[in-house]
Amino acid sequence: DGFLLFQQVPMVEIDGMKMVQSRAIANYIAGKYNLYGKDLKERALIDMYVEGLFDLNELILTYDYQPADKKEQHLAAVVDKATNRYFPVFEKVLKDHGQDFLVGNQLSRADVQLLEILLMAEECKPDILAQFPLLQSFKARISNIPTIKKFLQPGSQRKSPPRQEDIPEIIKIFY
Amino acid sequence: MAGKPKLHYTNGRGKMESIRWLLAAAGVEFEEEFIEKKEDLEKLRNDGSLLFHQVPMVEIDGMKMVQTRAILSYIAGKYNLYGKDLKERAWIDMYVEGTTDLMGMITSLPFQPADTKEKNLALIIERATTRYFPVYEKALKDHGHDYLVGNKLSWADIHLLEAILMVEECKPDVLSAFPLLQAFKGRTSNIPTIKKFLQPGSQRKPPSDEKCIAIVRKIFHI
Repeated sequence: DGFLLFQQVPMVEIDGMKMVQSRAIANYIAGKYNLYGKDLKERALIDMYVEGLFDLNELILTYDYQPADKKEQHLAAVVDKATNRYFPVFEKVLKDHGQDFLVGNQLSRADVQLLEILLMAEECKPDILAQFPLLQSFKARISNIPTIKKFLQPGSQRKSPPRQEDIPEIIKIFY
Repeated sequence: MAGKPKLHYTNGRGKMESIRWLLAAAGVEFEEEFIEKKEDLEKLRNDGSLLFHQVPMVEIDGMKMVQTRAILSYIAGKYNLYGKDLKERAWIDMYVEGTTDLMGMITSLPFQPADTKEKNLALIIERATTRYFPVYEKALKDHGHDYLVGNKLSWADIHLLEAILMVEECKPDVLSAFPLLQAFKGRTSNIPTIKKFLQPGSQRKPPSDEKCIAIVRKIFHI
């Protein structure tokens, strides 16, 4: 139908556009709803944090699609990167400025993305935040923001991890 | 601190090349410090200069910026190459993500197993000519302007030119079915800052050769 610019999904119909490319879509939403900082430099920080989180997200996402014999090794890689490369960065950011949010003392997409990743990481390993007290309180705080709290409740449009039995179908659609 | 931006990367294209293109097109002079052995990368890591222990890293406006897209977005925003409003930015982002995907296929080629090279190269050409180039050809056809977005040079145009030249290195006649892209290529290459960057002696890097690839493998444990 010519709906998918590069023949791929995600695609979001928004404000008269058929937007594709997850980053482009996320950038637009963040910009439109004031979740992208107040100036270029805040945007730069937000972008750096978000891109790092995207990388970790990739690692976590692909865990479900690993063949059974590769799963344990992949999980170890996820835990290693999360606890040695990514989480220390965000723990330090929060420690250094002592504020509730990552950038500019107000909620931004970086905070939303970080919460999403923290929850996904905990699905892989429930105690993964054991060494990160500030991330633990961050998680609780951001989870309590009314809009986010609502999204975290059953019945919302939040999706669950893919079920093992659905994986072959998903692979068939996309590959 | 208004010194020149300083780029930290290996002496090759990789993920830094798009940043070199954008700075050059914006007429911004920059310095480069090359990572030549593993110890150079370790030093940057130990100094705490690399937020996620990775390069590219660009020292710019008092920041040590990492993450290629973050760096590119900042430069585009700073030098007015990011459209005039949210919607133009949305289109620029979409187009740039497409060319990023296409160029990513090419830059990872040297690191694929040797027996998959030919198949991957064929896939690159197929994607370029059936998925990506038709989109940009159509965009130019539909509005009839010289540039992809907002009738003005943007990051999307610079990125597309970079991608076109990269694919042509794989297959010189790859634009044969795309007359508007050919004209776009000619026109955009002639923009003075870009023309200068395309001349020998500029900071533009050549495609990776065997020696380059071996060094990169060693430094990054690929």
